[in-house]
Amino acid sequence: MKDLRYLEDVSSLALDEEKCIGCSLCTEVCPQAVFEMRQSKANIVDFNACMECGACVNNCPSGAISVSPGVG
Amino acid sequence: MDKIKEFISIKPSGQKKIKISTFDVNIMPSMDEAGLKSSGEPSSTMAGYEKPGYKLCSYVEKFIKTDAGIIPIIKSKLGKDDLFSTLYVRCGISRNKYTVAPGLYGIGQPDKNCEVLVTANFKLTFDHLRKELDEINAWILVLDTKGVNVWCAAGKGTFSTLELVNRIKDCKLEKIVDHKRVIVPQLGATGVSARDVKKKSGFRAVYGPIRANDIKAFLKNKRKADKKMRQVTFNLYERFILTPVEIQIFLKPAMITALILFIISGFGPGIFSFSGALERGLLSFLALIAGIVSGAFVTPVLLPFLPSRQFALKGIIAGSVFAILFLAQVSKDIPGIAGSLALFLFSVTISSYLAMNFTGATPFTSPSGVEKEMKRYIPVQLACLVISTGLWIYSAF
Repeated sequence: MKDLRYLEDVSSLALDEEKCIGCSLCTEVCPQAVFEMRQSKANIVDFNACMECGACVNNCPSGAISVSPGVG
Repeated sequence: MDKIKEFISIKPSGQKKIKISTFDVNIMPSMDEAGLKSSGEPSSTMAGYEKPGYKLCSYVEKFIKTDAGIIPIIKSKLGKDDLFSTLYVRCGISRNKYTVAPGLYGIGQPDKNCEVLVTANFKLTFDHLRKELDEINAWILVLDTKGVNVWCAAGKGTFSTLELVNRIKDCKLEKIVDHKRVIVPQLGATGVSARDVKKKSGFRAVYGPIRANDIKAFLKNKRKADKKMRQVTFNLYERFILTPVEIQIFLKPAMITALILFIISGFGPGIFSFSGALERGLLSFLALIAGIVSGAFVTPVLLPFLPSRQFALKGIIAGSVFAILFLAQVSKDIPGIAGSLALFLFSVTISSYLAMNFTGATPFTSPSGVEKEMKRYIPVQLACLVISTGLWIYSAF
């Protein structure tokens, strides 16, 4: 989301590019456009937009993404 | 619908299957388009389905027979009662039991090639989906999310892989459609793993658009969502529509707070004075109202226009403006600076707390961020509350 932003540098999102198999499902499920595909690999292009919803982690087939929010 | 020239199985309450010939007999009106012919009125088509102890849902248009049993076809147009109940629910009335029965529904004239749209059993969600499906033929698979919308249910684990897989099996979806594909709303991805759904049910979960009003375009575009369909928004209307519930949730605590305010306001030189409790109590009550309006209505609506990214601070800023406006109105009734300061601090604190509470209703705040904010502001809010109470009692002497 461009017009509404929350606190910076707080998200627990992490991407292991080594493990990424380039399926691009994370770019599909993320509601904040955090990921983009570059050279057949997922890239975090808007880290601070991450709201730790966990959709990417849930759907990543290779376990390349992790997010560990508290109770919320 | 085709004339039924075959045997159908009806499974009454018991386990035994009974075969009934339908050559000349109307077992259910859905098997014949005319329904109850004797009546002559179109609405009476549904009368054939009335059963003692059951109530027909107003959003059901008719029933059709499929290989997996009788399926209700729902209307895409919302009725007056749907709109009225939407209004109630938006105000927080009966919000926790506003559900539809989970299971399979159809819309339009669904056949074996039609898409299966998955949704939650919150009636507001269900209505929101069907009103975007006029002239669409599709199946709608409603998951049991205990009356919670897709995204929240996905976050809490009721809109889940397990629920989807079980519902696909329960509804015998493989007998309903020839393909092996279900369309899951994108926000359901928080609770669903497409890979596990495929593994456990054989059905491929395709992520549809976030908003129901993009479904037509999504289907037209061969089940491809563009970037806009994949991103959440939080525009003025979307923020405004949430505010009645924000206020309603706080009504009960506000009543209790008001009671405490009237008691505290009675403390004075004569230990306790009822006239003081009334007069000063009313002032503090108005300060409470100002704080609630600022924190639960003004801050959410003006969210992007208020400075700072921290909701608590946004609430302080909006609350300060509100408190100053309020104090200017009642300045002649307040004895001294201490009293004014007490009311100011109290009103701003309420606004800040409620604004922070609104983080839970937005689609862009992260739990880690909210935790950081709470650790920082809850002590401040508590301190302000204690100071303002002290000042308020002090100002009575």
